Amino acid sequence: MNTLLFAMSILLSLAMIGAAFVAIRVKRISMAILAAGLVSLLASVLFLFLAAPDVAMTEAAIGSGLTTFLFFFVLARIRGEKRD
Amino acid sequence: MIKRLSVSLILASLGLIFVALLLGYSPDEELNVTGRYYAEHTAEDIGAANIVTAIIVTYRGLDTLGEVTVLFLTASIVGLVLARQSKNTPTIQAEPAGELLNIGSRLLVPLILILGAYVFINGHLTPGGGFQGGAIIASATLLMLLTDPMRRFSHRLIAIIESIAGLFFVTIGLLGIFLAGGFLDNRFMPIGEFGSLFSAGAIPIIYSLIGLKVGAEFSSMLVSLSEAEDS
Repeated sequence: MNTLLFAMSILLSLAMIGAAFVAIRVKRISMAILAAGLVSLLASVLFLFLAAPDVAMTEAAIGSGLTTFLFFFVLARIRGEKRD
Repeated sequence: MIKRLSVSLILASLGLIFVALLLGYSPDEELNVTGRYYAEHTAEDIGAANIVTAIIVTYRGLDTLGEVTVLFLTASIVGLVLARQSKNTPTIQAEPAGELLNIGSRLLVPLILILGAYVFINGHLTPGGGFQGGAIIASATLLMLLTDPMRRFSHRLIAIIESIAGLFFVTIGLLGIFLAGGFLDNRFMPIGEFGSLFSAGAIPIIYSLIGLKVGAEFSSMLVSLSEAEDS
């Protein structure tokens, strides 16, 4: 792994930790869901750097795609029920 | 106070374990025995350009069958648990989705479906395969549900797709026993030209079936979740 890739991996890891922290601490739930999706998205880029495109695809499709959508879906349902 | 302290203590010890692992890590200079075998023999034995797919579908095909079975059980249990609650009629009227979501989903859903099919049909050539393609297809279902939460999907159609895919998957696996080397052996069909779409024996067919099955299972879970009205 050359120096540029290494530096970018370190940056990505730091960004992941930052996004995870935001996901825990932020008050608005929609913000937290987006931050959690961002962790998965950055993880999939990191997998790509580590020469594992298959894992990267799974992470992008399930971790950042399906789960984020599912969280939003459930959030909308909960808010819809609260209003009654 | 004591809760905070114990949480930070656990986090610190976890970090210590990771640091110890990282310090003791040195990357391998060459592949180990198993890895070298797969890297050297996949191209001529299996004929798949993507070694990961060759391992998942052929060398470790039985594990994949197990994974698909676990997913099937999960989908069935979700359906079983949520089916009881869905009998009463829905009372909440969800707000209509915005213009952007309506038009956007009409444009995007076919494209997402095509991308999913592309990913699992080309599983033996490019990264990705049945599981990834299935998840992409399920995300199209989810997008439709987000646009219109009251939309109803045919459980029957999903169940038929799922069962037929599973049945053919096992049948092809059994054909491998009788016509080639063993269960899920892909070589009872011609291996073909390395790197072309119709190559690698039965792998494209098996992976397409897995893709349909996984997509149907995820979709059935999502549909059950969306139909579980006020519990």
